Amino acid sequence: MPTVGVSRDALFAHLGRTYTDHEFDELAFEFGVELDEITSERKEATKSATVKLSKEQLSQLSDEVIYKIDVPANRYDLLCIEGISRSLKIFLGDMDAPTYKVLEKPSDEAISQMTVIKSNTDTIRPYVVSAILRDVTFDEARYQSFIELQDQLHRNLCRQRTLVAIGTHDLDEVKGPFTYDARPPKDINFVPLTHTDEGREFDGAALMEHYETEAACKHLKPYVPIIKDSPLYPVVLDSEETVLSLPPIINGSKSRITLNTKNVFIECTATDLTKANIVLDTVVAMFSEYAAVPFSVEPVTVNYVNEAKEVVNSYVTPQMYTRKETASVKFVNSLIGIDVDPEPMATLCNKVQLGPARILPGNDDEEGPIIEVTVPATRSDILHAVDIAEDIGIAHGYNNITKTVPQTCTVGREQPLNQLGDLLREEIGRGGYVEVLTHGLCSTHDNFTALKRPITAAVSLSNPANVEYEVVRTTLLPGLLKCLQHNKSMSFAGGFKLFEISDVVIPDGEHVVTETIVGARNVRKVCATYSGPTSGFEVIHGLVDRIMTLCEVAPQAD
Amino acid sequence: MSDVESAILSALSSGADATIPDSFAFATTSKIDHNSIVGTCKSLQADAYVSVAEHSTQFYTLGKEAANIVQDGSQEIRVLNALIAAGEAGLAMPELQSAVGKDVCKIGMGNCLKNKWAKKDKASGKLTAAVSEAPKDEVKEQLTTLKDAPEGENTKVLDDKAYTALKRRKLISLVTRKFYTIGRGPSYAPQRVKKAADLTHEMLTSGKWKTTQFKEYNFQTLGESVGGGYLHPLLKVRAEFRKILMEMGFEEMPTNKWVESSFWNFDSLFQPQSHPARDAHDTFFIKEPAATASVPEDYYERVKSMHEIGGSGSIGYRTVFERQEAMKNLLRTHTTAVSSQMLYKLANREGGFKPARYFSIDRVFRNESMDATHLCEFHQVEGLVADYNLSLGDLIGTIETFFRKIGITQLRFKPAFNPYTEPSMEVFGYHPDLKKWTEIGNSGMFRPEMLAPM
Repeated sequence: MPTVGVSRDALFAHLGRTYTDHEFDELAFEFGVELDEITSERKEATKSATVKLSKEQLSQLSDEVIYKIDVPANRYDLLCIEGISRSLKIFLGDMDAPTYKVLEKPSDEAISQMTVIKSNTDTIRPYVVSAILRDVTFDEARYQSFIELQDQLHRNLCRQRTLVAIGTHDLDEVKGPFTYDARPPKDINFVPLTHTDEGREFDGAALMEHYETEAACKHLKPYVPIIKDSPLYPVVLDSEETVLSLPPIINGSKSRITLNTKNVFIECTATDLTKANIVLDTVVAMFSEYAAVPFSVEPVTVNYVNEAKEVVNSYVTPQMYTRKETASVKFVNSLIGIDVDPEPMATLCNKVQLGPARILPGNDDEEGPIIEVTVPATRSDILHAVDIAEDIGIAHGYNNITKTVPQTCTVGREQPLNQLGDLLREEIGRGGYVEVLTHGLCSTHDNFTALKRPITAAVSLSNPANVEYEVVRTTLLPGLLKCLQHNKSMSFAGGFKLFEISDVVIPDGEHVVTETIVGARNVRKVCATYSGPTSGFEVIHGLVDRIMTLCEVAPQAD
Repeated sequence: MSDVESAILSALSSGADATIPDSFAFATTSKIDHNSIVGTCKSLQADAYVSVAEHSTQFYTLGKEAANIVQDGSQEIRVLNALIAAGEAGLAMPELQSAVGKDVCKIGMGNCLKNKWAKKDKASGKLTAAVSEAPKDEVKEQLTTLKDAPEGENTKVLDDKAYTALKRRKLISLVTRKFYTIGRGPSYAPQRVKKAADLTHEMLTSGKWKTTQFKEYNFQTLGESVGGGYLHPLLKVRAEFRKILMEMGFEEMPTNKWVESSFWNFDSLFQPQSHPARDAHDTFFIKEPAATASVPEDYYERVKSMHEIGGSGSIGYRTVFERQEAMKNLLRTHTTAVSSQMLYKLANREGGFKPARYFSIDRVFRNESMDATHLCEFHQVEGLVADYNLSLGDLIGTIETFFRKIGITQLRFKPAFNPYTEPSMEVFGYHPDLKKWTEIGNSGMFRPEMLAPM
């Protein structure tokens, strides 16, 4: 679940309302986000275990209250203060959902073009989408928010930049039209964006080296493997061959956004076109608020050319994908368990950014009236009528729903294996054994070598947390022995008895469950240990006798 | 009866008002260790043979250094005398050290300089006396006074400033000693009769029980530990929840399957293949056996189609569905993987779909960083209801019934998100002791994209 940190006072300023912490918590609850933490820059630094600052450094940090808000993982429109405040205002009825407008024609058609050298980009990062925001006004807060939104999207939807990477640029510092190409690393030369104003130029290969080794750039190191070994690196250029960005690693310094930037050029390169459009639409929706004509954006035409310079594919972005979806009123009421009339239901849709909604007559009397909603570009999470129903339920308020219980009677039942296990647990516990619950994962050493057994097949993990948890146990014994190891201070004088009834996993290439063969199966085992002044074989022997008696298994002569 | 006991009791035998006024003095004269006296007294007091009043006294003891001063004089006077004897020439450090000894020199010189009885020449490092005659050796006198004071009564023989100075030089330390006045108790007798702690078989057979005195039962202490075995607390909770769910008509699912296919764990639940939870840093993937050998193929195709192009009223995810990704084996991250299989079986059973309620409580595995409240392995409680015309209201009602049975009656529901349920709700319960709302569960209605392909 992504967490977005926003300044409390800025949030209230955006909302045009103030709340006590408790009141805001309630609002968040009803809406479906969570006020996870109330902190400040200084508090964060004081709590940090990794960075210890001096009293003086701490006193320079801000005391401004920050709300850390958890938002659902599928709501990309809530990843910045603009998005959160806008959605809350709509929810409260303080504003209508904005209509995002893609202008018919860009103000300068000539430069609003992106040519994609398909044969090259197809090898490494096939797609690009783009947009222009005109006459934007940035201040420090908006700038920070703009950067953080890109970080959030990169982390979540873009799956650490592997699927989509966002590049934002100052349009006035470069000259369109633009090209998206992929070139040999050594042929790409530019000054990358840095925190300091070094101005040092690199070629593509040297830059990857630099990011892999420099401690100051270690935040970029994880992305290097995405393109490093490719013979061609993706690159976005303007008409003068100035490098705007080297996706998904870094932007160029020349085109960097500053507080004075007025016109923003956005490009998103990707391996997944659907997601690229969602990402672009999200960035545009969030920040077009600050354009001179609010919620408007200029299109860019993307042309894919082949080696013969012919256009083989073309589209205009951003799509600001809006569509109409329908759900039957009856379905919504029945799924949520409410009884709302069609007209009020249409009004509820406005609260959750599904407006404007209207009621259509149904196809037949059985179905009843249908509600048609407008799904804006910011709601890419709407996949099916159930999504609409949920949002209407949220608008109505989950805690206003009448509670009912399903009508059908069913009969409860235990799994026989668990039933047997529970019966035996009771008996063995009565016999003076202490039950333990041990890890299912252990080391190869503990599972075999430490028990003086040869290493045989076991299910092993490809990404264990550490060597202690690299295989799934094939025997319960190591767990119990480890318990003894950790309890040497206990008194063993009267005999110390442990037991466990639980599963182990054995590789098995033939075991079938639900028409599926995964290659392993669980086996339920009983294991008990006795430790005392003597090794007490007869004690464990006695337990085995007891278990067999309970299971009505008589001893047999060989 | 021990010697110490008899010594004390005899000392009190003279009459009803007999006392031992000072246990310490008594210990000295009787040549018995005082701690023994105290211990025995307490034991006698428990049986009311004696009564005991506690007092304490404070006095100063002299350390070894102090004893040396009493004998030889304080270090500063000795140093000063050596310097006076050396006259105008004074003494260099090594000479002074050999004259009075290294330790004496160190302390003595420091104090001399402090008292301005000597001065140090900065250039040559030599020390010379600043006075022609040594003053009175006050420290030696004070310590001697303390030493000569009557035993245990030397706290008032000097003025406070002197005590402070001597304490600062660690020459004396204050000692507190407890001593007791011992008198007769209500059950006094010149000889102690031991009471029996318990009735024995031997006493019964021999008849001794008729004349033996027995100790009173002590109800202020704990009895003997019951012993026996124990069941694990987490598994006891599990047993309680199993019982409750079966009372509610839920049937237990067979969850003895830790190694699962990504297909059942994620894909059949309509969790997209690009979802972050499928990353190596959240899920444990299997090295050996790495890939699922087979899945029900017809169903697989329907799941794939739903992800790629949608259907049944959904627009799907519109991204490529990779077989390789679906066939990755893992340790299940939730028991919902089993729930999915149960629903698949329910949808395809002979006779067609029949309403059902299922539950499970079993182990799941997640690659999370471990801390005081998180392990890689933990247990999940899961329940589901499959029926016609179910609503969110039914879900709320079912959840409320369950929680009411474990004593949580105040619940609130918050909109949430899961890839495989819509609508989804987080369940919050009011904790009466912590006095706050705490998240206690997650729930939802399974998405049609998950159910339709089944």
